[in-house]
Amino acid sequence: MTMKSTKAFKNPEDRHPFLQQLDQLWRNKTAVAGMIIVILFVLTAIFAPLISPHDPIETSLYDQLKPPIWHADGSWKNILGTDDLGRDLLSRLIHGARVSMAVAVVSVSLAFVIGTLLGSVSGYYKGFQDNLIMRVMDIILAFPYILLAIVVVAYLGPSLRNAMIAIGITYVPRFARIVRGSVLEECEKDYVTAARAVGANDVRIILIDILPNCLGPLIVQTTLSFASAILDAAALSFLGLGAQPPTPEWGAMIARSRSLILRASWVMTFPGLAILLAVLGFNLFGDGLRDALDPRLRD
Amino acid sequence: MLAYVVRRILILIPTLLGVSIIVFLMLHMTPGDPAELLMGERATDEALEQIREHLGLNEPLHVQYGMFLKRLMKGDLGETIWTRQKVWTEVKERFPATIELSVCALFISCFFGIVLGIISATKQYSLFDYLSMLGALVGVSMPIFWLGLVFMLIFSIHLAWLPISGRLSVDITLETITNFYILDALLTRNWPALRDALWHIIMPAFTLSTIPTAIVARMTRSAMLDVLRQDYIKTAKAKGLSQFMVIFKHALRNALIPVVTTIGLQFGVLLGGAILTETIFAWPGVGKWMYDAVMQRDYMVIQGGTLFIASLFVGINLIVDVLYAVINPRISVQ
Repeated sequence: MTMKSTKAFKNPEDRHPFLQQLDQLWRNKTAVAGMIIVILFVLTAIFAPLISPHDPIETSLYDQLKPPIWHADGSWKNILGTDDLGRDLLSRLIHGARVSMAVAVVSVSLAFVIGTLLGSVSGYYKGFQDNLIMRVMDIILAFPYILLAIVVVAYLGPSLRNAMIAIGITYVPRFARIVRGSVLEECEKDYVTAARAVGANDVRIILIDILPNCLGPLIVQTTLSFASAILDAAALSFLGLGAQPPTPEWGAMIARSRSLILRASWVMTFPGLAILLAVLGFNLFGDGLRDALDPRLRD
Repeated sequence: MLAYVVRRILILIPTLLGVSIIVFLMLHMTPGDPAELLMGERATDEALEQIREHLGLNEPLHVQYGMFLKRLMKGDLGETIWTRQKVWTEVKERFPATIELSVCALFISCFFGIVLGIISATKQYSLFDYLSMLGALVGVSMPIFWLGLVFMLIFSIHLAWLPISGRLSVDITLETITNFYILDALLTRNWPALRDALWHIIMPAFTLSTIPTAIVARMTRSAMLDVLRQDYIKTAKAKGLSQFMVIFKHALRNALIPVVTTIGLQFGVLLGGAILTETIFAWPGVGKWMYDAVMQRDYMVIQGGTLFIASLFVGINLIVDVLYAVINPRISVQ
């Protein structure tokens, strides 16, 4: 017998829960596929200037609407072809990952911080604060899907920054609700009573004692929110409410390609596939994380 | 039951008030003079003074909100900047188109979602199950504004099977009664118009149904798996009932309870998604109207449209909750 089997004699239940979770995540093939897509996406976003073959906003009158490499007229110079201003599509896609990543990080962080704060206050102090905060969350949830984001941007003015704020606001309730639920549950447990008995203050109890125990569902929600933030930001930019030209943003690229649909379908195809792939990656990974970290939701 | 319904309606009031406060405040948080925003840049000083007087823009904020609420109660959503029509009149004109599209999309997603979910659950871990669940994940990750354009490219431009946009061809005449074209065509027995209307709605409805179909399929599958594990299903099988009877007569009924809530919640996705879908397919509904208003900075329309869609959504959620209580008597007592 090899080393491997002697290791297996150890009771798997003795291992640290974190290792068990990691193990489960690793065995979930779709989650690993999602993780690989996410890592590729993040690396592309970070190293965009290094790997993109051309400047994403540099126009070239001589290279307008060049088809991708596999067309008869394609060339190695522009592997995925060019748009109507002669900008290299591959470079724009690569830099687009950066824009999407930035939007997702900023808007989800915003929602995470505000939502966690409101949720902890709600769950810890209960009573009036809880009622008030949860009613406000209900009001935000009364706006379907991206309507609130559209309205917020319509008033603040179209820009990528305002799109991030708008998406961030609409995601606050999901975090607030999760944290509130977990905090309510944790507050009933003895360790919180013990912390109170030794005179720890509320901020310490919430931050140091309670919140680390709610991390699982929060991590899952954060990952899944990344997926929807990328999708919503692309939708807002498609409507002309997010990134403004010449920013290489995937949704905005699709919007611009609408008039070219007859002449150059590739200008429209690739940005859409990029959005689909990035969002799918985060969704797959998030689903896997949920199975591993949140046993209540496992089927 | 009645008490439950009344209580649910009472909870709605603060939510709707909150929605109206947000919509009201947004105009005031926007940089610039609200009167000018509402009347457009071309407005004369006289017109501006008139709207200030009418909306009480010179009064303190809480008085203004009171006036705003009073007008809402009377059903007065103001006038649009561009067409100078009553906002409410325009909403009424356009909303049947949106409802028609959303309901068609909802039917599509219920049908495909439930069927896929049932088959996946009964053949768990089969190839079909893997493929349909992967498909569902792709579905929830789909940028539908892009999918709509891809459909257009394939079915309208390359194959020339389906019309590219709009609700009805120009050469088709249809006497409108309800403004729901499919219903109108049926009522007036106008078969060419019915065919034409259906032909126009296929692509936008399928585009809009992508995400709800995927969500309903996943929900049906997991609800079905939960039910199939229970003892009474084993009993039914042990009695020698056919697979068909066990699934459709015994399991499906209970599995559908959580699915109904999911389906109800999808209306929100549909109403929001309608803005994207209607814009792509030039579908003359509330969504496209709102989009145009955002582009033209017609704040009266944005205000009115937002209030309308949010109230509609809240109302539908209420109906879903009540329906849920009806089909699941366990929760109605609490």
